[in-house]
Amino acid sequence: MHPVIALVAQRFVLGLLLLFAASALIFAGTMILPGDVAQSILGQSATPEALENMRRELGLNEPALQRYFSWLFNALQGDLGTALTNGRDIAESISKRLGNTLFLAFWAALISVPLAIFLGLLAVRYKDRWPDKLISAVTLASISIPEFLIGYVLMFFISVRLGWFPSVAMVNDSMSILERLNAIALPVTVLTLVVLAHMMRMTRAAILNVMQSAYIETAELKGLSSFKVIYRHAFPNAIAPIVNVVMLNLAYLVVGVVVIEVVFVYPGMGQYLVDHVSKRDVPVVQACGLIFAAVYIGLNMLADIISILANPRLRHPK
Amino acid sequence: MQDQLDHLSRSVTAGKMTRREFMGKAAALGVSAVVAGNLYSTAADAAGPVRGGLLKVGRGGGGSTDTLDPATVASELPITNVTTFGERLVETSAEGTIDPRIAESVESSADAKTWTFKIRKGVEFHNGKTVTAEDVLRTMERHSNEDSKSGALGLLRGIESMKADGDNFIVNLATGNADLPYLLSDYHLVIQPDGGFDSPAAGIGAGAYEVVADEPGVRHQFKKFANYWDDNRGFADEVETIVLNDATARTAALQSGQVHMIDRVEPKIAKLLDRAPNLHVKNVAGPGHYVFVMHVDTAPFNENELRLALKYAINRQEMVDKILRGYGGLGNDMPINAAYPLFDDSIPQRTYDVAKAAEHYKKSGHDGSPIILRVADGAFPGAVDAAALFQQSAQAAGIPLEIKREPNDGYWSEVWNAQPFCASYWSGRPVQDQMYSTAYLSSADWNDTRWKRESFDAQILAARAEVDPAKRKEIYSQLGRTLRDEGGVICPMFNDFVDAISDKVGGYAVDPNSPLMNNAAQIKCWLKA
Repeated sequence: MHPVIALVAQRFVLGLLLLFAASALIFAGTMILPGDVAQSILGQSATPEALENMRRELGLNEPALQRYFSWLFNALQGDLGTALTNGRDIAESISKRLGNTLFLAFWAALISVPLAIFLGLLAVRYKDRWPDKLISAVTLASISIPEFLIGYVLMFFISVRLGWFPSVAMVNDSMSILERLNAIALPVTVLTLVVLAHMMRMTRAAILNVMQSAYIETAELKGLSSFKVIYRHAFPNAIAPIVNVVMLNLAYLVVGVVVIEVVFVYPGMGQYLVDHVSKRDVPVVQACGLIFAAVYIGLNMLADIISILANPRLRHPK
Repeated sequence: MQDQLDHLSRSVTAGKMTRREFMGKAAALGVSAVVAGNLYSTAADAAGPVRGGLLKVGRGGGGSTDTLDPATVASELPITNVTTFGERLVETSAEGTIDPRIAESVESSADAKTWTFKIRKGVEFHNGKTVTAEDVLRTMERHSNEDSKSGALGLLRGIESMKADGDNFIVNLATGNADLPYLLSDYHLVIQPDGGFDSPAAGIGAGAYEVVADEPGVRHQFKKFANYWDDNRGFADEVETIVLNDATARTAALQSGQVHMIDRVEPKIAKLLDRAPNLHVKNVAGPGHYVFVMHVDTAPFNENELRLALKYAINRQEMVDKILRGYGGLGNDMPINAAYPLFDDSIPQRTYDVAKAAEHYKKSGHDGSPIILRVADGAFPGAVDAAALFQQSAQAAGIPLEIKREPNDGYWSEVWNAQPFCASYWSGRPVQDQMYSTAYLSSADWNDTRWKRESFDAQILAARAEVDPAKRKEIYSQLGRTLRDEGGVICPMFNDFVDAISDKVGGYAVDPNSPLMNNAAQIKCWLKA
């Protein structure tokens, strides 16, 4: 078998094991949290009878291990079950929320990844001159400000003062693609500002590292323009660390944007997960946890594979 | 006086008088702020309601775990939804009286033990069925039977038997209760077809709006129910409730015109927001109160001298000024204020008194070890800051308080009603009996001060069955005074509800029961043309 395929297969199996471990950890974690779903739903108005009735109806009186394995058994058959709190089908609710999250992440990535790499290349081209310093200063400043603050500032000036884009980034099925893009304009801007610096700095550092090599000197000596040297000779050799950082940021765009979701009232996965954690709705937390873990593991695997494919020495082992 | 008020109202309708002038002149005539505020609104809206349009409400307290089952709703946004699609037997009006809704009339026997609700004819559910006494009976059964998981279960305990008799729904109580209609006006008790036994969360009721889209934690869309019986409600063609849990997101949405009304404006920005164009901030004094509760059966709080020391050691005015920024009223260590009917305003206001606090503390013989007060901001907004103020003011009297900060998550199940001294919040009830029965009766599940006294219980029950208002008021006054001087509740403040509405909205009136017109602003207001 080709070593790359063997490696992918090995990574895949390892990923599945990791997912299994993650589900056990999440279940244990939700068990440690104080209170249960019945207490969380009824809150201050709970009476002992109502609590008991709700626990009986939801099957919470069964031992924890038994609940975990019956959940696992159903999940392996593709049945994620229904939410304890409102009895909705989890797969159906999640697919909508996941779709929204991916929609937001896609547009944020589409803008931020090319922009970050381009700015990185530009910074290398004008290393230590004013464009480099300006790019670094602006992107580092935007990553240093908390994302909710950037969100509030943009909201105040762009939607309250100028009225260009809505402050509530709510999307639903009845909206056209243009209406949706209009709705997510502000969160996409904030996310772009937040992830830009990390990717741009890594691009700059990785390429500068390669620029010390002898073959770059050769390329320069044979008379290539400096920008061509960077993107034809330096960039392909610097791709592995860049891809790693890009994938980490993509994963962040999918699993880590709950603050942005809250600030802009965006109906994504993060808010959905937090709501259910606070109500101790274990099956939903499990399902969300699995999806987030799968996204992380999948993107990391992709990064590794791309690094291997980008490196001829790894692609053609002796 | 009525003539003068009519004259004032006519001036408003004619556009000759501003709200400020009107309120000032009405106050001079001795009219309370709630009544005057509503008179102004009525006069200003005399041009009449406008039908049509899409009215959008932005509210906190929503989550993707929300359901449309009225039995388990507990926070603002789900309650708003239930109120939008559902109709109750009766409602509590802004003035504290009973508004008949599905019940056309309410009658009781002389001892207040048997109650007859006559069901209104021609009221229809959204599924086309007519509302009958049988549906009412089944609804009440679902909330009170032995399998019930309803938040209203505790309220319905006193019911001995219920039956549907033709057009009448009849309730028999074990002991007389002159306030039964108020209990049945609870927001959980929305009448559902066959009581909602088959599909409790279907969102089918007899209210002004039908559910169109139900996206928990995001938004809920409603359209006007064509066969709704009451012409005085449901003016907009469509209503949308939007979950806006983040306070800044909520105000920004109102300012940028994406919603027409919001609740829970933060006191610290309320004055600034009111200056913004095209919107008004409305604060309403209500029965909700922020408290510190002590278990009177647990040392050291079993000693009344120590309880009194702590009550004198809290600076109520400072709390209203700093925690509520003036959007609230002083508490008096009892759960009742002027928002309740039959309130005795002659009970002296307790004030911050270092000398008395020190004196009572000395008498209590407490060993001087730190008294642990558990708080979380989830108890009430600003609870941690309030506890810090309390600690400082108690320090001045030589009382050592130690603040223990608890997580918001799980606060209501792990800390409140479990730990001997903690911060809490009571949203208040429409009548005094309900407030006392919920938290100060020996047998109450939510007796969060462990206040168990037979004589006190007997007084609550006596007041409940008493039909002479003067005598009832006297008993309630005694109950209040007893709690104030001996109870385990330290009540520094009553919080106002702070709503904000766009000036496109007509028909807003002050309602002290709950925020945004008792969660019904979306069905009572309209969009001006």
